[in-house]
Amino acid sequence: PSQVVPGADPSARQLCFAWGPAEVLVCETLFSRRGGSPSPGEAGPGRALLPGVLTGCLAGTGEGGPSSSRLFVVRKDQDIYIQTLRKLFNESHGIFIGLQRSEEELAGKSRKAQLVQVSKNYRSVIRACMEDMHQAAISARDPALHSQYSTQVSILSAMELIWNLCEILFVEAAAAGPLLLRLLDWVRLHVCDVDNMVREVLSSENPSKHELFWNVVDVFVLQGRMDEARHLLSKEASANPTSVNMYKILDDLMKKMPVPSLGNTQTLTEMELKWQHWHEECQRYLQDGTFASNSHMESICKILLGDEDAILEKKEIMTTWYHFLVTRLLYSHPTVKPMELRFYAQACMDLFLGGESSPEPLDTILMAAFEFEMHQVIKECSIALSNWWFVAHLTDLLDHCKLLQSHNLYFGSNMREFLLLEYASGLFSHHSLWQLGVDYFDHCPEYGRVYLELHIERIPLNTEQKALKVLRICEQRQMHEQVRSICKIMAMKALRNNRLGSALSWSIRAKDAAFATLISDRFLKDYCERGCFSDLDLIDNLGPSMLLSDRLTFLGKYREFHRLYGEKRFSEAAKLLLMLMTAHIAPCSFWMTLLTDALPLLEQKEVIFSAEQTYELMRCLEDLTAGKSDKQKFQDDDVETMKVEMLRLALARNLARVIVKEGTLEGS
Amino acid sequence: QDNTISIWSVGDLGNAGLNGEYQGEPQLLCDIRHNGDVMDMQFLDQERIVVASSTGTVTIFRHHQNNQTLSANQRWEKAHYHVDQDTSCGGAACTGVICNNPEIVTVGEDGRINLFRADQKDAVRTIDNADSSTLHAVTFLRTIEILTVNSIGQLKIWDLRQQRNEPSQIFSLTGDRVPLHCVDRHPNQQHIVATGGQDGMLSIWDIRQGTMPVSLLNAHEAEMWEVHFHPSNPDHLFTCSEDGSLWHWDTSTDISEKPSFLHQGGRSTTYFSHNTINQSVVSAWLSNDPTKDRMEITNLIPNQTLSVNSLDILGPCLVYGTDAEAIYVNRQLFA
Repeated sequence: PSQVVPGADPSARQLCFAWGPAEVLVCETLFSRRGGSPSPGEAGPGRALLPGVLTGCLAGTGEGGPSSSRLFVVRKDQDIYIQTLRKLFNESHGIFIGLQRSEEELAGKSRKAQLVQVSKNYRSVIRACMEDMHQAAISARDPALHSQYSTQVSILSAMELIWNLCEILFVEAAAAGPLLLRLLDWVRLHVCDVDNMVREVLSSENPSKHELFWNVVDVFVLQGRMDEARHLLSKEASANPTSVNMYKILDDLMKKMPVPSLGNTQTLTEMELKWQHWHEECQRYLQDGTFASNSHMESICKILLGDEDAILEKKEIMTTWYHFLVTRLLYSHPTVKPMELRFYAQACMDLFLGGESSPEPLDTILMAAFEFEMHQVIKECSIALSNWWFVAHLTDLLDHCKLLQSHNLYFGSNMREFLLLEYASGLFSHHSLWQLGVDYFDHCPEYGRVYLELHIERIPLNTEQKALKVLRICEQRQMHEQVRSICKIMAMKALRNNRLGSALSWSIRAKDAAFATLISDRFLKDYCERGCFSDLDLIDNLGPSMLLSDRLTFLGKYREFHRLYGEKRFSEAAKLLLMLMTAHIAPCSFWMTLLTDALPLLEQKEVIFSAEQTYELMRCLEDLTAGKSDKQKFQDDDVETMKVEMLRLALARNLARVIVKEGTLEGS
Repeated sequence: QDNTISIWSVGDLGNAGLNGEYQGEPQLLCDIRHNGDVMDMQFLDQERIVVASSTGTVTIFRHHQNNQTLSANQRWEKAHYHVDQDTSCGGAACTGVICNNPEIVTVGEDGRINLFRADQKDAVRTIDNADSSTLHAVTFLRTIEILTVNSIGQLKIWDLRQQRNEPSQIFSLTGDRVPLHCVDRHPNQQHIVATGGQDGMLSIWDIRQGTMPVSLLNAHEAEMWEVHFHPSNPDHLFTCSEDGSLWHWDTSTDISEKPSFLHQGGRSTTYFSHNTINQSVVSAWLSNDPTKDRMEITNLIPNQTLSVNSLDILGPCLVYGTDAEAIYVNRQLFA
């Protein structure tokens, strides 16, 4: 069904759009419908619309009033933003995970009991949510909000109704006998207008004189609540002594009515036999005219006999065709088998609706359930509901009950996986519920991983803590590409904000040597410009992470050289400096700086560099200058040439001194 | 976004059920909208709460108990920012806050340390670029000294009396510089400090001696978000983690009386090693002789799914919150 984006008027402006992961951007272009040329005036200031980029905000109105453009963000899944539904998503996530992790080895009855418990858990979550939503509806001041909440309550109520029926028919797969009892429970639970009526009558001074008295008795009888009906009737009997006789008989009949038992105390055939006898007894009393003087009691007796018309008369009380169905079954076929339900269901629905109204979506879904058409149920629910939550979880549960044939859809994955993927994708467009989506993807064997890989990179990372959570998820699933990509984004952000330590920390996490090199270059650049190191706390404490990249190692060692020099440990400093060049840890561009750093060491009173070391230094200098072409030498300014000259001189002087020193015999 | 600060009431102590579980759900008393994610918060006094936001703002909220409302009392906008305080974006998340009425210290992703005083508009002191990486947590060591941990695995002590912007001491882990996320100080013995790291490791430090931790305990499988010594029972330590577990570390000496083969309920316990008698002199946390100490570690969460982000303890009560948007309260911690 097509929907209108409010405010976007295609007749006034040409619209363009771009797809995003969970949203669509629609924007008005500068082109009006009437002509082909752009209308005068600019789009809002500072909002360049780049294709494919989510700006996520409405364009400003800017200076030009009517000619400015607007940007619409169209989200497809609105439900995830409803505050009160969050409990539903979170709690059902826990149940879902529990189900996936539960043991498959449990066989037969215990497994079934386990699955029924899971189903009940889901339903109690729906009910809790319904309760919250109801409270919210009551306390809502704004009428639009009130109606939205009320609609949600009725949707949740319908969902629970459907789920409950599916639990009875599919998960528990109740057999003939218990089936009826379960259906009775189901009806009693979901037709709740009754309770108000009951309370009203019971709390009145003279219940039997209340105008709704017989309605309440009828309700009890229609729902098979015999004890409660009898209790009320006894009030009538005591108030009306003339009908005591009638009452006694009716009470007796109601007491004796055979019902299917849950345990193994009687077989179906036994029950059927008893029921047949009882039915005949009722028949006799009716035909004798025992209840002729009291129309209410007579109609009750007719109901007990399963008289269709008598039951249909109470249409207003039953309100729904499925209530009618269950009542009919109770009083005419209590041992109905599951597979027979479909015939009775269809017949009852036709009778009840009587051709005056057509079935609503809920009716079609329930009918499909009675017909045991699981796929039909899922399909109809998908169409009727605005959110994938219901069908995804129900299908998953049915799949665990091994009830869905691997019904491969034409694009490869099965229905369960398809629905889970759709649901989880919807979650990912939410700024915080995406964490739930991760687990759902994990349990989709075919496409889950791919979906996760695509979605996880698009989560906006506004704090480091969020980035860490995303990273942990990726690392746990060996998604190395994503780890690298996210760490790079965070490191780049840190770098731009001048947080070099943070940037380094991110590159260590990703083991990204290239980025570590980038950061080290930045440090070295800072040093060259300012003459001192920034962030010494970082460089001094690199530890083993120094080995991540050569440049980083150089940085650490270079700083160590400065420290040694500062502590006047000159020979160690000298050795380190030389090693930096000879072991090629230092980048060639830095050699000049290093050699310049060697100058003060060469000029010390005490000879520091040995002869061999001096030779090495000279070689390094020659390597450096030889590497320069003649043109470069020509371009070198005076400072450069002077530096080289000074170095040559210092080296030569040092060599002289050290040769003498080394040649001198000790002690003579 | 729709973040709020909420105050809940957890019912009366007298209603504890048979198995020690709280009766009834926590009731929401009041809430107030908060701009940005809540990164950290602490009670300043009985009525005021300091909250650190991901937008870099630090706010003091006041809880009015007579009519059960919350109001914003004071706010320091852009307490943490990158590069330029005046640009419209560029706020940096404030990651940690610690209070010692009326002083408030905050740290953030911008590596900045702020010292505020409640009711004073401007910061008393700001140390810009105190750290080149992100500061994840802060706690008071003494009234004039604070401890910070950062994302390159360093524990630093800062003396707030001194005017220089350098830490007075730096400690770091051996080996890889794993980021540290949380820090807490022993309530009574102020030289004992516990930190938690990104790899889930719990480190115990003695800051009187050495620059390396005294013991490293392999704990969680993912980031440890918070570590807390029990304020009145400091033989007990609690840690929570991204892996969804919350561990209770117990070094109290009376475990030796419990027979080691009895397990209570569904708790999973691991015993570290054997216990010694003169524990009272040297804290159990510092003894690194594996044959002498026994530590009992219990995971308090039976079905872990999503991360436990935060916890707090007071007396017999433990409260923690998870990423499944649930808050759990345990009011009979030592039962």
